[in-house]
Amino acid sequence: MTRIKLTVDGASVADDVEPRMLLVQYLREKLGKTGTVIGCDTSNCGACTVHVNGRSVKSCNMLAVQADGAEVTTIEGLAKDGELHPVQEAFRECHGLQCGFCTPGMIMRSVDLLQENPKPTEEEIRIGLEGNLCRCTGYHNIVRAVQHAAGGEVTA
Amino acid sequence: MIPAQFDYVAPTSVEEALALLAQHGDDAKIIAGGQSLLPVLRMRLNAPELVVDLGRIDTLRGVRDDGDALVIGAMTTHDDVSKDPMVAEHAALVSRAMEHLADAQVRHRGTFGGALAHADPAGDLGAPAMALGAEFVISGAGGERRVGADDFFEDLFTTAIGDDEILTAVRIPKHTGWGAHYEKFVRVAHQWPIVAVAATVRTEGGAIAEARIGLTNMGSTPLRARAVEAALVGQPATEEAVAAAAAAAAEGTNPPSDLNGDADYRRHLATVLTRRAVLAAAGV
Ligand SMILES: Cc1cc2nc3c(=O)[nH]c(=O)nc-3n(C[C@H](O)[C@H](O)[C@H](O)COP(=O)(O)OP(=O)(O)OC[C@H]3O[C@@H](n4cnc5c(N)ncnc54)[C@H](O)[C@@H]3O)c2cc1C
Ligand code: FES
Ligand code: FES
Repeated sequence: MTRIKLTVDGASVADDVEPRMLLVQYLREKLGKTGTVIGCDTSNCGACTVHVNGRSVKSCNMLAVQADGAEVTTIEGLAKDGELHPVQEAFRECHGLQCGFCTPGMIMRSVDLLQENPKPTEEEIRIGLEGNLCRCTGYHNIVRAVQHAAGGEVTA
Repeated sequence: MIPAQFDYVAPTSVEEALALLAQHGDDAKIIAGGQSLLPVLRMRLNAPELVVDLGRIDTLRGVRDDGDALVIGAMTTHDDVSKDPMVAEHAALVSRAMEHLADAQVRHRGTFGGALAHADPAGDLGAPAMALGAEFVISGAGGERRVGADDFFEDLFTTAIGDDEILTAVRIPKHTGWGAHYEKFVRVAHQWPIVAVAATVRTEGGAIAEARIGLTNMGSTPLRARAVEAALVGQPATEEAVAAAAAAAAEGTNPPSDLNGDADYRRHLATVLTRRAVLAAAGV
């Protein structure tokens, strides 16, 4: 067992974990944060995307021990005081989901994308979301949602 | 899928990490960004007893100007390398190859040294490293040694790095003012190329003065297309002249046959992609 201390969605947490425990398992099984989902388990789909120190990563492809000392934000930490994050709001508004399984990862990746590039073109959005797979929407409304959140023209 | 049990240490210096490797031999495995290693451990294709995390060794991170070369720390992430202005100026071929390497999340964790140490023949950084004549700085109990790109890649997933050694940095000779292009042929998003060509050229008054070309996934290691390099010297940077030189791109290669294409198809791709890469690098 290895002792880890980190911040998750603004709260300090400390636990003894097996070194082989994946960050996504830690979030779901130890902390009960089941908002972060496992889609593929082969590090391809991006459904498990969270932020570690502000940058989007696939939490199924990182060990919990590697997050020692880090600040982690999950989909559950985005809304503030009952108000949806603007990107969450945009996905709702633009119907950027069908089954919703890819949505936590799509939103976490989109938030990071917009931090880095607040006014992305349609192509930049599509490339920026390359690591997130959706089996339902055909991506169209997801791209629209990101454009909407960016306050730009919705062209997709 | 969950890896088999292992012990974990995160040393804060290279010396400490080397001592751990010396003590545990091939029972130990280095983890850098984990973007290739963790999938392997999760599929239980490997089950080390000890995982040594280089992530807390700050000296392994960052890009430094060292006169006629850039020194890229092994633990510098793909994301940081791709945004580095010195890399863009002096080793544009690396920046070009980074543009389509994996996806953003993987680039935030995966490292320059980790990708090269992994030595996947379909990996996108080996061919640029070959083309630019990179030198690999490897530390071990006996001190530090430098290995040239031609000797670094030994076979599929096999490099000159010993079990008790660490790749600490990669030195890239500056190619300031050279045009560069990485032409990657791939069927799906964020994945490894079926074949890719890394080309960097220096032009003088519309003619090609020097050219360096690396091939990805045309054999068990990245390769240099030396016949094409030689044929290009002194040629005008025109479609016709470049196509004639690029016809030799598959010479001396031994590409794999798999579900994505057979060896002949890859040989054909190599010539087409080499023509495109050289023309784009020359700004045509
Ligand atoms: C979804 C996905 C898509 C990808 N797409 C691409 C792609 O398109 N192109 C591409 O090139 N790559 C791709 N990759 C691989 C990616 O580039 C990895 O980041 C890289 O191959 C490994 O780097 P890492 O830092 O994560 O190394 P790790 O996974 O931590 O380590 C890889 C191997 O190298 C060894 N190692 C690592 N660092 C050192 C060191 N300093 N000294 C000695 N040994 C060391 C480890 O022991 C291990 O055997 C992809 C990965 C994923 C998950
Ligand atoms: S569950 Fe992590 S990438 Fe699919
Ligand atoms: S909405 Fe179903 S996977 Fe994207």
